[in-house]
Amino acid sequence: MFRFLLGRIAVLIPTFIGVSIIAFSFIRMLPGDPVALLSGERVMSAERHAEISHQLGFDRPIVIQYLDYLWGVLRGDFGTSISTKSPVLDQFFQLFPATLELSLCAIIFAVVIGIPAGVFAAIKRGSFFDQLTMGTALIGFSMPIFWWGLLLIILFSGVLQWTPVSGRISLMYFFPNVTGFMLIDSLISGEPGAFKSAVSHLILPTIVLGTIPLAVIARQTRSAMLEVLSEDYVRTARAKGLSTLRVVGVHALRNAMIPVITTIGLQVGVMLAGAILTETIFSWPGIGKWMVDSVFRRDYPVIQGGLLIIAGLIMLVNLIVDLLYGLVNPRIRH
Amino acid sequence: MAGTSAPSTEFTGSVSVDPSRRARFAEFWYYFSENRGAVIGFWFFVFLVLVAIFAPLIAPHAPNAQYRDAVLVPPFWQEGGRVSYLLGTDPVGRDILSRLIYGTRYSLFIGVIVTTIALVGGIFIGVIAGYFRGWVDIVIMRLMDIILAFPSLLLALVLVAVLGPGLTNAMIAIALVFQPHFVRLTRAAVMSEKSRDYVVGAKVAGAGHLRLMFRTILPNCMAPLIVQATLSFSNAILDAAALGFLGMGAQPPTPEWGTMLAEAREFILRAWWVVTLPGLAILITVLAINLMGDGLRDALDPKLKRS
Repeated sequence: MFRFLLGRIAVLIPTFIGVSIIAFSFIRMLPGDPVALLSGERVMSAERHAEISHQLGFDRPIVIQYLDYLWGVLRGDFGTSISTKSPVLDQFFQLFPATLELSLCAIIFAVVIGIPAGVFAAIKRGSFFDQLTMGTALIGFSMPIFWWGLLLIILFSGVLQWTPVSGRISLMYFFPNVTGFMLIDSLISGEPGAFKSAVSHLILPTIVLGTIPLAVIARQTRSAMLEVLSEDYVRTARAKGLSTLRVVGVHALRNAMIPVITTIGLQVGVMLAGAILTETIFSWPGIGKWMVDSVFRRDYPVIQGGLLIIAGLIMLVNLIVDLLYGLVNPRIRH
Repeated sequence: MAGTSAPSTEFTGSVSVDPSRRARFAEFWYYFSENRGAVIGFWFFVFLVLVAIFAPLIAPHAPNAQYRDAVLVPPFWQEGGRVSYLLGTDPVGRDILSRLIYGTRYSLFIGVIVTTIALVGGIFIGVIAGYFRGWVDIVIMRLMDIILAFPSLLLALVLVAVLGPGLTNAMIAIALVFQPHFVRLTRAAVMSEKSRDYVVGAKVAGAGHLRLMFRTILPNCMAPLIVQATLSFSNAILDAAALGFLGMGAQPPTPEWGTMLAEAREFILRAWWVVTLPGLAILITVLAINLMGDGLRDALDPKLKRS
């Protein structure tokens, strides 16, 4: 297991270096003067330009500049935002809990509905339920989620007036930010109605962000289940006279879950891409909206830093999924 | 999907004996048409292609013509709707049906261009990686890992920020982001075919590297690539629409569906049709292509055949 871990990490290092080179060179590929772009000062005198250029290290060889950048990154220095003048990493940690809370809710939503739906569709293969579930899953899989979000807003916020349109909580509530998770913070604040407000803000974004993972998980669970159900050991279990519930729940489901776990792990990247759209539609103050806003504000240090942090995060999650997979399925390790 | 009746014996007999191109197509169509959804998707796709080609003949109005006397007219079946604007008009008085019809051209064009670039580039790089192995392979695969480390939409968004907003740059960015999937698939397929007897035979007969790579091996690796290409086609339409929606893809007044949605956003609570219809067009187009993709996978993947 240890060797497996080392092998996985050894592959990650060159990838991370490559990702950092992309983040580093991105700012230098932009049309225009990188010194002006990084400092955010449009008009400056020749002396001022030389001063900032020296401060940022642009007067040194490019390789040294890159190594400097990498060294900064390893110490947690991802640059400073032009628009807020605060470090990129601080901003990331401030906004990340919002995205994490939303993503966790979305993945729970997708798993809780997707796995049972896939299992039942497989057991009742060819039935009306199977066709309905798989048809719905294909629609979910084809869904432009930015449009889906707007539709839900029209229906639930416009016509029915059940849910708010945007944000994480109603502006009436003020309480200390303890964990960064609005659901927990509003609950421990003890303010009446705060938790309910947080939940009602979370429902629509959760559904929107969870739709594609839900469809993928339901399809994957069904096909994994169908494969397992035709195995000899399932037939043996049936022949022993075990109840369908036991055969499916204990013997088949456990084995069918292995590919499904991988699929769930792969959804992390999908979620972060989805967060860009979902957070924009619902004005959800997370890292997806942060990146889009930075692109529009031309806040290049944030784009550069955010790109690297997000890629690093995805690589880390993929590593954890790989390790879990190796733990569950010993054949993978070799 | 579920329809699994056994093929008639005389049909499969003729298929396995006659290796001609026509018979191969007949076999393909036989498996493809077993999937009802795939056939519906296919015919709908043909319909979309016809709409795109004949857009100027079908569309009742020019896509960018503004009618000042008809701003935010609802669809004809609603109160206040007019028959001359079947699906209503948008906030500046343009006919939505005409814009949707012209939008078909953009979506199909995006799908074709993105898939072609990603497919051709991916095949070329993938064949080289799988055929030569060694350090060439390592370098190529690490490069692909780097692209895959970013969420695709984020990378496309940042690339467009670098290249400048617009449809062409959006397509280049999306194609680049999709490339690694084709590289990986091609490489895996080439590696499994490379040691087969027919390849060794061709090598012994004196075939050069290029001939071996592209004439001998590649045609036998096409099935998974075709399935992936269909998937890319629909994803390209979705991602381009998402970029358009974020204001980074096609720019107004282009009648691209995602851009139309972005322009209509502020009217969502007042005029449902300006938001609902472009999105519906994206959904059914993508759905039709995905249905077709499922059918293609069933028909081309020998593992799933007759299972």
